[in-house]
Amino acid sequence: MRIAPVLGRLAWRYLWRNHRRTIIMLSAISIGAWAMMFMTALTRGMVDQMISDGISVIPGHVQIHHPGYLDDPSIANRLPYTDAELARRFDGAGFVAWASRVRVPAVITSERESRGVTLLGIDPAAERAFSFVDYDAVDGRFLESVDDSGIVIGAKLAGTLETEVGKRVVLMTQDPENEIADRGFRVVGLFHANIESYEDSFVFVGKRTAQDLLHIGDTTTEAVFVGDDYRNVEPVYDIVSAAVDDTVRVSRWTEIDTYLGTMLKTMDGFMLIWVVVIFLALSFGLVNTLVMAVFERVREIGLMLALGMKPAMILGQILIESMLLLGIGLLIGDVLAYATVKPLESGIDISIVAQGMEMFGASSMLYPALYLKDVILANVVVLILGFFASLSPAWRASRYEPVEAITKVG
Amino acid sequence: MTAVRCVDICKTYAQGDVDIKALDHLSIEVAKGEFVCLMSPSGGGKTTLLNAIGGLDIPDSGEVWVADKRVDQMSKGELADLRLANIGFVFQAYNLIPVLTARENVEFVMQVQGVPAAERRQKSTAILEEVGLQGLENRRPAEMSGGQQQRVAVARAIVSRPALVLADEPTANLDSHTSDDLMELFTELNEHHNTTFIIATHDQRVMGYAKRLVRMLDGRIVEDIPQNAS
Repeated sequence: MRIAPVLGRLAWRYLWRNHRRTIIMLSAISIGAWAMMFMTALTRGMVDQMISDGISVIPGHVQIHHPGYLDDPSIANRLPYTDAELARRFDGAGFVAWASRVRVPAVITSERESRGVTLLGIDPAAERAFSFVDYDAVDGRFLESVDDSGIVIGAKLAGTLETEVGKRVVLMTQDPENEIADRGFRVVGLFHANIESYEDSFVFVGKRTAQDLLHIGDTTTEAVFVGDDYRNVEPVYDIVSAAVDDTVRVSRWTEIDTYLGTMLKTMDGFMLIWVVVIFLALSFGLVNTLVMAVFERVREIGLMLALGMKPAMILGQILIESMLLLGIGLLIGDVLAYATVKPLESGIDISIVAQGMEMFGASSMLYPALYLKDVILANVVVLILGFFASLSPAWRASRYEPVEAITKVG
Repeated sequence: MTAVRCVDICKTYAQGDVDIKALDHLSIEVAKGEFVCLMSPSGGGKTTLLNAIGGLDIPDSGEVWVADKRVDQMSKGELADLRLANIGFVFQAYNLIPVLTARENVEFVMQVQGVPAAERRQKSTAILEEVGLQGLENRRPAEMSGGQQQRVAVARAIVSRPALVLADEPTANLDSHTSDDLMELFTELNEHHNTTFIIATHDQRVMGYAKRLVRMLDGRIVEDIPQNAS
């Protein structure tokens, strides 16, 4: 270790001996690192938005169902617990929020059009905290209680049905006896969603109203539980599992919406691949710089060996040089990434491509998210790969024969 | 006591299709504290012999012993340790590390040896003054003349008081006055610290300081005479 200061000094001085080359290389590394992290922040933001929208619409973080419901989501496969039993099991269990719902397929008909929709019979007070619908931004009003006799539909669906607030629509579905269950509702509100397709797919009625429509007493089809972090749902899963018996199935959101779950896993892999791809482009420049740096000081390396430096010290010196170059470049890249992502965290309007983004379940606003773990991943991967990429020129330098190196002609 | 012993060493270099015998069954023994000058025309084998003694080049055959250690059979790491601890080098050219200042160049070997900073500082200041470079401590090689650079190299070679100094044309870039000063310094080190010097030179003035002159030709020793007998 006593040699470390002298190796560090030599590495630093040699780095700035050809300052133009070093600045060019630093620029390449900085821009590469910035691109890694900026793209990661954009992608992370998009995925976060998609997942959080997706989770708030359907799965929550954890759900319970009748064991057959996920395969056949009909009202016959509803939960075996009443609302009172659910409340006894889960009230005060420590969730950020929880609610039970009636969720069945239905057909909605106006005087002009019909559409297939998903009927959600909800407790509006219980779902306010995590619903994808901003209650205060509804045209008209949102549901006020579980007994509310009105219906809230999406603004887009209202356009399709050529209806509006104040008009009546008919909702038709099947009860547990497979008999038609239908009822007229007055449209009391039109909701807006980040993802337009949601406005077309879901209609909200009061939970008690839905139960009456379906003749299911005070039972529901699912209960939804929300914890602190959608990436870590195990604490919620454990609490819920401990509170139920085997007559219900407990599912994480990744099991209910496999598309979103797979996307989250894929995205982590994608980040790593993205970082590696950028690094590979950088590595050509890095290795070339080091090879040139070694080549132009062969005689000096010979001199150092002749004076008593061991080959390992030469190896160390070149590696320190490489790590300094990468370290400074990454630091600049980190600062650039922070400086460019931070002002954009309030959202980038990408409505010009909103319909295309909707195909992937993304909204028209993109909120870049620069996570410390992504920054650390990018930096660590680049440093580790950079270390290995630098080994070859460093090894070559350490293998020189002193006398051949000293007498090498420019 | 023997400082250096070479026994029947040969070294051949290929130059195109021609093999050149740089050392041809050469044997020499240098006692501790000797001051030896190697003389020869260009290509006579002086530098090759210095390189072989310093472990910079391994002979094709024969034995090289320095401080009772078999140099030609050492690993790279052992050779580095030997050079670091026992040998001071002054090369003909490309002597200094260009990114370091004069003082840093002088301190370089001591730093690798692990000498404490304060001691390095004190020794480097003293030796740079001794070679007449006080005031130039913070200059880099590119900011110094050839002669000044050579003096820095000499200072580096002797600052840690090695047992053996191998110098290849140490006065080649120096004016006569500086050459004399340098040789006085070498002589003083030789006499007061019993440092062994082996110097390859064309310079008659340097030969005047030597206690033993070894004349080489085509890789062989053709004459080996103590100076007081010449």
